[in-house]
Formats: sequence, C-alpha cells, structure tokens
Amino acid sequence: MVQVLFFLAGIGAIAGAIGVVAVRNPFFSVLALVSHLLCLAALFLLLHAEFVAAAQVVVYAGAVMVLYVFVVAYVGGQDEPLGPRAGSGLRLVSVVFGAVLFIELCAATLGSGLQLIDTQGKPVPPAFGSPRQIGELLLTRFLLPFEVASFLLLIAAVGAVVLARRRGGLTAAEDQARYSAMDLLRPAYTGTMAEAVGGRRRLPSVTERAGATTPAQAPASPLEDA
Amino acid sequence: MNIGWYLAVSALIFTIGAAGVLTRRSPLVILLCLELMLNAANLALIAFARMHANADGQIFAIIVMVVAACEVTIGLGIIVAMHRRRLPIDVDELRELQG
Repeated sequence: MVQVLFFLAGIGAIAGAIGVVAVRNPFFSVLALVSHLLCLAALFLLLHAEFVAAAQVVVYAGAVMVLYVFVVAYVGGQDEPLGPRAGSGLRLVSVVFGAVLFIELCAATLGSGLQLIDTQGKPVPPAFGSPRQIGELLLTRFLLPFEVASFLLLIAAVGAVVLARRRGGLTAAEDQARYSAMDLLRPAYTGTMAEAVGGRRRLPSVTERAGATTPAQAPASPLEDA
Repeated sequence: MNIGWYLAVSALIFTIGAAGVLTRRSPLVILLCLELMLNAANLALIAFARMHANADGQIFAIIVMVVAACEVTIGLGIIVAMHRRRLPIDVDELRELQG
C-alpha cells in the first residue's frame, strides 16, 4: 500500500515538475505546480510529516499559488517560444548540465554510505510530526528562528507593497471617477493611499478640475513615472 | 519505502527545476522553477527527518517554506513593477546589469 502510494505521488510530483518547465503558457505552468505541490504533500504524509503536509496544501498550494495566478493574469501570460533564440547549442548544454547535476546529487545522497538510507528509518514516536510536537519545538527550542521568520515575512510584505505601489498616486481623471460621498465630507490630506504616496489631495482644486475634464487634457502627472 | 527512494525523487525534482531556470526566459516561470528547487530541498529535509526520527528537519522545512513565500512576494512585486514600467517580461531583454 505504501509502495503504491509512493509511486503514485512520486510520479505525479515529477510529472508536475516537468509540466512546469515544459508548458509554454505561464498560466498552465502555475497549474502544473499546484498539482506538483499536492503530490509532494502526499509524499510528506508518507514520511509522517502531517503538519508540514497540511501547511504545504494550505499555504503553498492555496495562498502562494493564488498570488501567482493573480500576477499571471495581471501581467498577461503571453506564450513564449520555448527554444533558445540563436542556435540550439544552449539547450543541449542545459540538458547536459541537468544530467550531470542529477548524477552528482544521487552520488552525494545515495552514495554517502549513511547506514539508515536503505531502511525505512528509525521507528518513530506516536506523535511524530503532529502539530503539537511542531508547535512545541517552534516555541521552545526554535523560538529565535521562529521570530526571525516572522520579521522576514513582515519585511517581505512591506517590500512588496513598496515595489508594486503606484508612484505619485492617482491621476486627476482617475480621481474624478472614484469620488464617493465620503470624500466631500472628509477634510483634505486625511487618509487615502494616493495622498500618502504622492502628497496629492484626493479632491483636486477647482482650477485643476476645470483643466482636467477629459483624460486627454489631463496634465502630465508623475504617475507615468517612466 | 526506503529513504533512498525519496532522496532520488528529490534529486530529480531539483534537477528539473535547475534545468528550467536555465532554459526558460519568462521571470514568472523562473520563479516557479525556483519553487520546484526549494520544494525538492524540503522533501530531502523531511526524508532525513524521518530517517533519524527527529522532527528538527521538519522545522527546517517550515522555515524554508517561509523564505520561499518571501522570495515569491518580492519576485512577483518586481515583475509587477516591470510590467508597470512597460519593460519586457523577458530575462534576455533585461541586461542592463550585465556590465
């Protein structure tokens, strides 16, 4: 039973990995990666890593892949030609590199002479890999890496916002399309993201509004920031 | 199953990911291939954790997942910024840092 599951999940994982590399459309690459991650979670379950498998499915195959799908949809996943542009020597080199890397990795792990590598591993305690054990380890012995990881996530979130924000806020034309009743009641310079990044008022002054009635006449704003 | 089988699968997935990083040109797909390589490393870590019946390797795998999530966030932010500045989404075209 374990063998059957292992081979099913292993073949699924390898097929998903090949799909990521070999499919032309980035959208289908993402979908192949999702199936790869699900098969990998099955392998983790076979290795008694229940918590990591659950985190893999929820965080990776769920949240991170949704982020990927959104970005592919935003950027527009145009098909790319797969082969190298000039000559096909580079592709041959990459295949040779991959083969050499595989042989080297197999020699490094399988040929390492570890005594337990040809066994199924030491017998595990009953709660091995359960959320209880992982949580206990994370909050006692690995408390410092846990906290550092949370800081790393915070830094990455702030960095992503800084990288992907709009420079200079909204244009006047866009502003006018987004008025709500609250904007008339709200004092200036309180609270919108556009004001925060550009120092721009949400409601343009009367003269500015008269000058920018249509998008074509809108003054060149720092938005298009080149 | 013997632990060696898991390590062989891990090595194969890592190899496929490395070959993808070398051959593909879209930065989106290169990020996906980086995910493949990190996941292969995770599989090896968890296989070793099972081999020694010691959960420290699983903690290591979780930390690797955190780092992978950060890398994805920043990478996708850079791609969105590139798209917004109408730069080509192609690593062959982006060679200003080549020197």
